[in-house]
Amino acid sequence: MVRLAASASPRAWLPWQIRPTRKRVPRTTTTRTLISSVQLNRARGKIVYRIVLTLVIVAFTLIFIGPMYFLFTDGLKSTQEAIATPPTLYPHHIYPGTYKAAFDRLDIAQLMWNTVYYAFGALVFQLIFDVAAAYSLSALRPVLGNVVLFAMLATLMIPAAVLVVPQYVTMVDLPILHVNLIGTPEAIWLPSVANAFNIYLLKRFFDSIPRDYIDAAQVDGASRTMILLRIVLPISRPILAVVSIFGLVAVWKDFLWPLLAEYGYTPTRETLNVGIWQASQQTPQNLIIAASAMAAIPTIVFFLIFQRNIMAGLTAGGIRG
Amino acid sequence: MADVATAPKPLARRRLPQRRRGSYLAPKLQRNVAAWGFLIGAVLCFSFFSWYPIVREVILSFQKPIYGGGYAWAGWFNYKLIFHDPTFWLAWRNTLEFTLLALVVGFAVPFFVAILLNELRHARGYLRVLVYLPVMLPPASALLLFAYFYNPQYGLFDDILRILHLPSSQWVFQPGSGFVSTAMISVVIASTWMNMGGATLIYLAALQNIPGELYEAAELEGAGLFRRIRHVTIPQTRLILIMLLMLQVVATMQMFVESFVLTNGGGGVGNNTLSVVMLIYQYAFELSGASNYNAASALGVILMLVLAVFSAGFLWATRERS
Repeated sequence: MVRLAASASPRAWLPWQIRPTRKRVPRTTTTRTLISSVQLNRARGKIVYRIVLTLVIVAFTLIFIGPMYFLFTDGLKSTQEAIATPPTLYPHHIYPGTYKAAFDRLDIAQLMWNTVYYAFGALVFQLIFDVAAAYSLSALRPVLGNVVLFAMLATLMIPAAVLVVPQYVTMVDLPILHVNLIGTPEAIWLPSVANAFNIYLLKRFFDSIPRDYIDAAQVDGASRTMILLRIVLPISRPILAVVSIFGLVAVWKDFLWPLLAEYGYTPTRETLNVGIWQASQQTPQNLIIAASAMAAIPTIVFFLIFQRNIMAGLTAGGIRG
Repeated sequence: MADVATAPKPLARRRLPQRRRGSYLAPKLQRNVAAWGFLIGAVLCFSFFSWYPIVREVILSFQKPIYGGGYAWAGWFNYKLIFHDPTFWLAWRNTLEFTLLALVVGFAVPFFVAILLNELRHARGYLRVLVYLPVMLPPASALLLFAYFYNPQYGLFDDILRILHLPSSQWVFQPGSGFVSTAMISVVIASTWMNMGGATLIYLAALQNIPGELYEAAELEGAGLFRRIRHVTIPQTRLILIMLLMLQVVATMQMFVESFVLTNGGGGVGNNTLSVVMLIYQYAFELSGASNYNAASALGVILMLVLAVFSAGFLWATRERS
């Protein structure tokens, strides 16, 4: 959490509020890395460095942007050109009709809306229930709270993919309530709340909030809900940003569970991932590539906007345990 | 009232403990009710969608369906069933093959990429964004793109082979299941491209925490580049390396989407890229005839046990010293 606070101060939690850190940490003077700057500043070091830098930039651009280049340009080819041998490196005849056809045929608008609906719905549920639970475990400390926390964290040990079958069976006929949630948005929203890592991150952050703030508010007569909303949440904005971003991304990227929970209603209830995969069985490949490109655009834009938060969150997650 | 009024200067501080002593149980009870009120939503979700399914999986694995609905006790029937299925052993073999290959590629490559990126003084932000960009793509997008590259008729990769005058390949649909099969390598390449960004950035963060003095000292002692990596970089990032190694093995053992999308849900020629989780999926939802949740659960229990034993053993083997 210290790391997180260093890279994103509590007041600045959105990317446009975070000042660039490049100025703050002049790397060459404060920390040195494997190779000293003295060595780099020698004539020979400079040449080697320039060569390596160029090579790395070229290679990385080819490896990581290269495939994405084809992701976006293959959708501009006509079907004829897309299946030509050998493949063309760029669309010789720009043919935007492919995007239009893919959009209509796969009903991308509907799939996209479904995914957004599931992702933000799951986010709302996660924020309400997980924040409340973490607050309760951190500040209110109920009887058996530690047992509950332990049971929650223990689920981190259970690999998610092995549970899909019993989860599906449970979802078909929910115990006690006897409702079938398969095919409803709740089938995605509610299981997303059972995320022990969220609870762990939130609780750990809430634990670091000075007890005095809460006590002071209590003396002033604030209720527990008021303390959560007015004291705890404003302080916790960095961690809330991390939890929210990863919550959205997780639903957007999930494949196996939506495949089970929302499959077969094409395309009225499927997510982008599942819808495109299902369509890929009987649709020309250039339409599928165009559809994949359209599915990728929101995530790329999202990443470019929130990259600093995402990378900060990654380290918060990586240093767990 | 009168009591308070006659008392010499009743301070608020003194009044508060008095009230608490008066009814000791009430505030505690009230606090617990409130706390459980906050907790109950998450606890219900965990019960229904996490704790209960874990128990249910074990129960299902010892049951079999009976006509007219419901389940009956079946003993070890499902376990015997899957042990006698030849695809069971094939799926395990494939999964281990994928895990090993993904470790060689997906564990070592990000570490050295991170070391390299950490040395560069320019274009740092750009390179970091590049490495992480594929992680953000929806997996179906990225994998369908690779399926297109791998296409034997009009795919890009075969064209590259043709330009280099190498024999063409069927990539994911290349038959044969030698221990390092072309099909599995194709899956690993796509998987690594998609996933290596996360590990790279975590390593990068760890590398930036290494105090520069250590390198300084090592250099003064005459340690060359590789000895500095060996004796400073690796020991300093050991904890992260171990953590990620474990997380990565657990994650790759659950490989599903890569092979599923690249092979159209089939598992490749002769099931040579079929993974354990794919087999679970096939038992439960795809196998001709009725879906067999029980056999799928039995397989799930086995996978769960294997991963648990691995994690515990790994943590035990790398305990202390750190």
